[in-house]
Amino acid sequence: MTTKFISIEGIAKRYPAAAGGSTTIFEDLWLSMPSGEFGCIIGHSGCGKTTVLNILAGLDEPSEGTVIVDGQAISGTSLDRAVIFQSHALLPWLTVMGNIAYAVSSKWRKWDKTKVRAHAQTYIDKVGLTGSEHKRPSELSGGMKQRVGIARALSITPKIMLMDEPFSALDALTRGTLQDEVRRVTLETGQTTFMITHDVDEAMYLADKIFLMTNGPGAVLAEIVENPLPRDRSRIDLHKHPHYYALRNHIIDFLVTRSKTFTATTPHHDPRHVPVVRPAFPEAPTMPSLHSATR
Amino acid sequence: MIQSLRFRAAVVSIAIFLAFIGVWHLATRQTASVGTMSPEYAKLMGLTATSGKSAMPGPLDVGAKLWEHLKRPFYDNGPNDKGLGIQLAYSIGRVGLGYLIAVIVAIPLGFLIGMSPLMNKALDPFIQVLKPISPLAWMPLALYTIKDSSLSAIFVIFICSVWPMLLNTAFGVAAVRKEWINVARTLEVGTFRRAFTVILPAAAPTILTGMRISIGIAWLVIVAAEMLVGGTGIGYFVWNEWNNLSITNVIIAILLIGIVGMLLDQILARFTRMVTFPE
Repeated sequence: MTTKFISIEGIAKRYPAAAGGSTTIFEDLWLSMPSGEFGCIIGHSGCGKTTVLNILAGLDEPSEGTVIVDGQAISGTSLDRAVIFQSHALLPWLTVMGNIAYAVSSKWRKWDKTKVRAHAQTYIDKVGLTGSEHKRPSELSGGMKQRVGIARALSITPKIMLMDEPFSALDALTRGTLQDEVRRVTLETGQTTFMITHDVDEAMYLADKIFLMTNGPGAVLAEIVENPLPRDRSRIDLHKHPHYYALRNHIIDFLVTRSKTFTATTPHHDPRHVPVVRPAFPEAPTMPSLHSATR
Repeated sequence: MIQSLRFRAAVVSIAIFLAFIGVWHLATRQTASVGTMSPEYAKLMGLTATSGKSAMPGPLDVGAKLWEHLKRPFYDNGPNDKGLGIQLAYSIGRVGLGYLIAVIVAIPLGFLIGMSPLMNKALDPFIQVLKPISPLAWMPLALYTIKDSSLSAIFVIFICSVWPMLLNTAFGVAAVRKEWINVARTLEVGTFRRAFTVILPAAAPTILTGMRISIGIAWLVIVAAEMLVGGTGIGYFVWNEWNNLSITNVIIAILLIGIVGMLLDQILARFTRMVTFPE
């Protein structure tokens, strides 16, 4: 990896334990990503993936190590790093327009009201909420609320967009449409995005790189999986791609068995040089039984 | 025939009211005059014995007297004879001033306590000790230091209405959802702007609830305080009419205290609804 737009350098998170010592959630975590990529951390609950994202956002601080973004070590939160929260976190006393305008006016404090509203409107249109500007969050469905959350994050044109399981609270259909929306917008704008998920299909559809974390406590980044699927993939025929099952099986296999046994079976794992894999079936089109089973 | 709940409730309310008035009227009506009593003894016993009428006024007496008061609410015939409107205005004025000072003190202090765990812990023992003190216990101290009975009453209103507001503000501010604070943090919103744009609107319903409790307590306390300090106000009016043995006026004053208290509560309830947001 030559260009390191985001570089997580040896971070650790420890909490004081009841019996004096301390519990290590993860330690010596190294991870980097170039600009314009979509990265995704997958792991079981308790592996500290949310903590990693909160550290990236500046909402939490690592016990050790630093995070460098665009050549600068981060300290605290920043308008360069927008967060899309799992619970959407809209301010319920503001309208859709109010919520986005709040973010816009926080970034550009000298802008007058009309300029702020015009800027906010373009992002409301972008996520398909035209006509709902004056609704309050309580009048919106779960999917629409998260669209507002996405528009709010995009409206401040951040260097990085951070998403913490943004679609896990939504039903499958809404989740699908929103994934399409996020993929379209991030590709259009070349947005560097970092997401946390436990949904394998979501990671495969959206991410360029998938970071596999072992189980905590004492979690490590085990592997970086490069997505072998083409960049112009679509959600509908994703599963028809020759490499689909190779990738899916690799990740599932990791989550089901290897995430538990990785630390024990790989004693010489070097956290600074995590293996990069690119799962693919060499004789791709064969596996008819699997293909017909999903149709 | 199905009527709306509101209509049926109104019918029951009116029925209860009429029943109450009826019982009151029957209980206090003029009974047959007591002729067998010796005139000397009857003179000693006063009206109650001679006409068989109870000293407790009936609803018709109170109604007539109330009408008299309502016709001339603002007359002023010297220190001990003022219209009810004037007396109420004095009381509302004192409550308003004491309450306003309490708002000015309690809300910023509540913000401080709610936002700073250090101040929360440091001020907690003082609040815990000062809160349960009866506001009237402060009265002698206030009279001694302030040396003005009217200002002392205002001080007592201040001290009794400050605690619910302070505690509710501190609680509301401390209980603002973490994710809303995080939104402000990721947007690099400064402390002051965060306090006004996120914490204040989020805590406003809790703060207003505290203010509503406070205005109720303040109105309870002003009557007692004015009985002590004297001079003007509805509390003084009650005590003065008791000394005049005018039970009719006492009943009218009680009624008006209830109505004004209800109106004050309704005003705050309306404000609370204005700042409450659905989630």
